[in-house]
Amino acid sequence: MTPGGHSFLSSAPFRSVLLHGSIVLLLALLFGVLPEYHSGNLARIMVLAVYAMGYNVLFGYTGLLSLGHALFFAAGMYGLGLTMYWLDASPAPGMLAGLISALVVSAIIGSLALRTTGVAFMIVTLMFAQAGFLTILLLGEYTRGDEGFVLQQADRVLFGFDLTQPAVRYASALMLFSLCLALVAVLVQSRFGKTLVAIRENEERARMLGYDVLRHKWLAVIVSGTLSGASGAAYALLFGYAGATFATVQYSIFPLLWVLLGGAGTTIGPLIGTVFMFYLIDISSQFTSAYLLIAGIILILLTLFAPQGLAGVIRKRLIPWLP
Amino acid sequence: MTLLATQGLSKHYAGLQAVESVDFALQEGEIRALIGPNGAGKSTFVGMLCGRIPSSAGQVTFDGRDITAMPAHQRISLGMAYTFQITSVFARLDVHENVALAARRLPDSSPQRVRRRVMEALEQVGLQDRTDTLAGDLSYGHQRLLEIAMGLVQSPRLFILDEPTQGLAESEIESFKNLIKRLSSHTTILLIEHNMDVVMQTAQRITVLNFGQILAEGSPSEIRANDAVQSAYLGSG
Ligand SMILES: Nc1ncnc2c1ncn2[C@@H]1O[C@H](COP(=O)(O)OP(=O)(O)OP(=O)(O)O)[C@@H](O)[C@H]1O
Ligand SMILES: [Mg+2]
Repeated sequence: MTPGGHSFLSSAPFRSVLLHGSIVLLLALLFGVLPEYHSGNLARIMVLAVYAMGYNVLFGYTGLLSLGHALFFAAGMYGLGLTMYWLDASPAPGMLAGLISALVVSAIIGSLALRTTGVAFMIVTLMFAQAGFLTILLLGEYTRGDEGFVLQQADRVLFGFDLTQPAVRYASALMLFSLCLALVAVLVQSRFGKTLVAIRENEERARMLGYDVLRHKWLAVIVSGTLSGASGAAYALLFGYAGATFATVQYSIFPLLWVLLGGAGTTIGPLIGTVFMFYLIDISSQFTSAYLLIAGIILILLTLFAPQGLAGVIRKRLIPWLP
Repeated sequence: MTLLATQGLSKHYAGLQAVESVDFALQEGEIRALIGPNGAGKSTFVGMLCGRIPSSAGQVTFDGRDITAMPAHQRISLGMAYTFQITSVFARLDVHENVALAARRLPDSSPQRVRRRVMEALEQVGLQDRTDTLAGDLSYGHQRLLEIAMGLVQSPRLFILDEPTQGLAESEIESFKNLIKRLSSHTTILLIEHNMDVVMQTAQRITVLNFGQILAEGSPSEIRANDAVQSAYLGSG
C-alpha cells in the first residue's frame, strides 16, 4: 500500500464516513431483525436522538448549557403541527414550516440569551422556554393546550408514502437521523466546528486569536435549535400528535441527560444516550412504579464512574479518534 | 512610520489608577521592550491595545486607524497577535490543533497551507516533534513556546508578548532571543519582559512604566543610565 493510501485510510474524513456509515447501516439492518415492538421504539429513539444531537452541538461542542431547548423542539413541533392542522398543509411544507419556525425562534432567543453567560444563561433559557410553554397554553384556542391535537392518518402521507405504516415510519425516522448525523459529522470536522470546540475549551484564547466568539455561539444556537426543531416536527408528523407536554421543563432536561449519558462532544453519544435512557425507563417500569428512582440511581452511578458518558469511555479506552 | 499609538490611554479599577493617561508610539519594524516593577500596569496597558481589556479613557490608533471602539477579535484580524502573561492554550487539544486554530483565521487557509504554516511555526520554537501531544501535557516552558508559535503562525504586523521568557530554561531563552531578532525583519514587536538580559539584547527602545505612567523612554543605554529608572526599578534588581 502506498503511504498516501495509508494516510487516507487513517484520515479523519474517511474514518468519519466509515463510523457513521456503519451506524446507519446497522440501524437499517435492525429493522429486519427486531420484533415490531422494538423497531417501533427505535423509530421513536432515532427521532429523539436528533433532538439530542442538536442539543449536543451547543452543550457538547460549544460548551453552553441551555435549560430551554424544549422551546426549540416545540417550535418545530407546532410549526409543523399547526400548519398541517389549521391550514391543511401536507407534510413537506409542514416540515418546512417546522424548520423555519425553529430557526427563527432560536435566532431570536440566541441573540437575547447570549447576552448572559454561565448560570445566568441557564436561567434565561429556562425562563424563555417557560414563557413559550405558557404561550402554548394561552393560545389554547389554536394549540388545544395541554390536551394537544392529533394529526389525522389520512393527512400524514409524504410523497405517496403512508407515514403511519411501521416500515415507512422507520425508514423516515432513519432518513432524518442519517441526514442529521451526516450534517453533525461534517460540521464537527469543519473549520466552524473546530472553532466551536476552541470556544468551549478556552473562550478568551479563541477571542484573542481573532475569532468572533459571540457570532459563533449565536450560529451554534441556531444550528442546535433548528436540529431540535427538526426532531420536534418529525415527532409530530411520525407519531401524529402535538401537545404542550413537549414544551415543559422535563423536555428541556431530557436531551441534557441523553447527551451526558451518551457522551457530550461526541457524534454518536446522543444516539447511545437516547437508546440507553429509553430502555432504562422502559425496562425498569416493567418491574416497579418507582422506575424514575431506578433511572435516577443509574444516572448517578454513571456520572460518578463515567463522567464523560458512554461514548467518552469508548473514546478513552478503545477509539481515541472518535469524532 | 508609526504603527501603533495611544493618546491619554487610561484604566481605573474602582479607585485604583492602573494606567494613567499614557501617550505612546511604536514605529513599524521596531522591537520595543516595556518594563516596570510588578503592578506597574504593563499587562493592563497592552491589554487595552489588543482590546482584551476595555479602556476607561483615551485613544488607540493602529496603522492610522482609530481602533478604540473596536472589539478584540477585529483588532487581531487587523494583524495583531497577543500572548498572555498567564499561559493560555487549549489544554485538551493537541499541539498541532492549537496552532492550526490560530492559522485558520488567515486568508487562504486551505488544509494543506494550514498544515505547512503550523509546521513552520512549530519548527521555529522547536516543538515540531510534539504535534500530537495534548497542550496540557506539555511542560510549562513548552506551553509558553506553544503560545509563541500560535502568535508566529499568524504572521502578525504587531506581536505583543507578555513576559514570554518566564519559565523558560536558559537554552530556550537563548533561542527565544534569536527568534525575536529574526522576526524583527517583518514584524513589529512589543515585549513585556522582566529578564534584563533579554531586554538589553533584543530591544531597540525601552519604555519604563511605573505606577501606570511612563517614567522614561529611550535606547537601552539611555535607560541604563537613567537615574529615575535606577531607583524605581533597576536598582532593586
Ligand atoms: N481586574 C482587575 N481588577 C482590579 N485591579 C486590577 C485588575 N487587574 C489589574 N489590577 C491592578 O492594576 C495594577 C496593574 O496591574 P498589571 O497586571 O497591569 O501590572 P503589571 O505591570 O503587568 O505587573 P506584573 O509585572 O506583576 O505582571 C495592579 O495594581 C493590579 O493589582
Ligand atoms: Mg503583567
